Amino acid sequence: MGFIILDRLSTERSLMAETTRVVVAKVGLDGHDRGAKIIARALRDAGMEVIYTGLHQTPEQIVETTIQEDADAIGVSILSGAHMTLVPRIIELLEENDAGDVLVFVGGTIPKDDIPKLKEAGVGEVFTPGTPTKKAVEYLQEAVAAS
Amino acid sequence: MSDNELTERLLSGDRRALARVISKIEDEDPETPDIISDLYPLTGAALSVGFTGPPGAGKSSIIAKLIELFREEDKKIGVVSVDPSSPFTKGAILGDRIRLADHFLDKNVFIRSMGNRGHLGGLAGGSRLAGLAMEAYGMDVVVYETMGVGQGEVEVASAADTVVLCLQPGAGDAVQALKAGVMEIADIFCINKSDHPQANEAKAQVRSTLEIGHELDPDAPMPPIIMTRGDTGEGVEELKEVIEEHRVSLEESGELGERRRASQREFVVSWAMNKMQNEMQERLEKEDKEIMERVYNRELDPISASEKIFEEI
Repeated sequence: MGFIILDRLSTERSLMAETTRVVVAKVGLDGHDRGAKIIARALRDAGMEVIYTGLHQTPEQIVETTIQEDADAIGVSILSGAHMTLVPRIIELLEENDAGDVLVFVGGTIPKDDIPKLKEAGVGEVFTPGTPTKKAVEYLQEAVAAS
Repeated sequence: MSDNELTERLLSGDRRALARVISKIEDEDPETPDIISDLYPLTGAALSVGFTGPPGAGKSSIIAKLIELFREEDKKIGVVSVDPSSPFTKGAILGDRIRLADHFLDKNVFIRSMGNRGHLGGLAGGSRLAGLAMEAYGMDVVVYETMGVGQGEVEVASAADTVVLCLQPGAGDAVQALKAGVMEIADIFCINKSDHPQANEAKAQVRSTLEIGHELDPDAPMPPIIMTRGDTGEGVEELKEVIEEHRVSLEESGELGERRRASQREFVVSWAMNKMQNEMQERLEKEDKEIMERVYNRELDPISASEKIFEEI
């Protein structure tokens, strides 16, 4: 058994390219982080490194974390209804910090009408309740590979 | 972008460049050796402290308080914080930042989370080089936080000049289990959660273990045991003083130089070994597939197979 696992691990290591790093963030006054934790776990299981920020983060804190961690993407989880203010602010700050190449995706209770507006503001994709985690993982894998 | 430009940006205080350099280190990017050779001469002055101990002892919370105290003195601080990567998917959830959130917007604090990516010893393969990059960037203090460790993960002792072992009360058996290995590399002991009813007991256990060592080797200094509370910050000021005193005593006794020579030597050997290991791995995969087939079929034993690969390098 030991031999088999070692063999598998080292094969993976030598094939390892750049590891995808994703910040999963809870923004604003919103204490519900189960969704964020589930997506964090799903991304981990897909082989990504997930930097989890914890609750009640400001857009400024999220962007600074993303810069220091040199992350490829930010997954913003938001259920408070303040997404039209907070999410565009994150994108604005990324651009101000010369980090406009970081992919932003959103998960949460986002009304249908707001989705095109968020995308216009620069959000890559929006995932609403009920989305299978697999879909979000696949989206992120493809989007990061394409960038 | 050329390395030189990236290095120059790092040295001019661009934190994005520092972040990018650390990624290159982590990804074992072929440009890494050149970058490190530019940065290395600029390192060595920072106060480097390693925090280690079992998961949940409170390392991140104590570091958060410590950062606060160093910031009051206007010192710049870098933190390299390691969490485990999944051995199966290579993925990781890096959550040490949660406790450090108060410092996210302070431009003089740079926190980097790392998955250990299969590296053994409690740190990630790139942790030490990341710490060097932070030193070159101008950090006065570099803190290494290991992933939660058990007995044998002692690499932090060669990364940092001063090692703090954080323990928590109510885990009497854990303290017993930590008698060897990690207990031996600590310069300072920190019993966190000092409000716990068994805190004094934990302290007494650590002390009695240390006293035995002291009796056997009376010349060795008795490491201080500091009681702290990560939640309120109680005791962390004392911890900081003890850390600084330790550094001074290392300098005065000349032990700092000795320790660093030993750790640099170790680093050079481990880097070379790592390279060799990768080469052997590649050999095994690309050219000698039939060797493994023979091992699987019990025609060749694993030791003979490994010697065959070794000879061919």
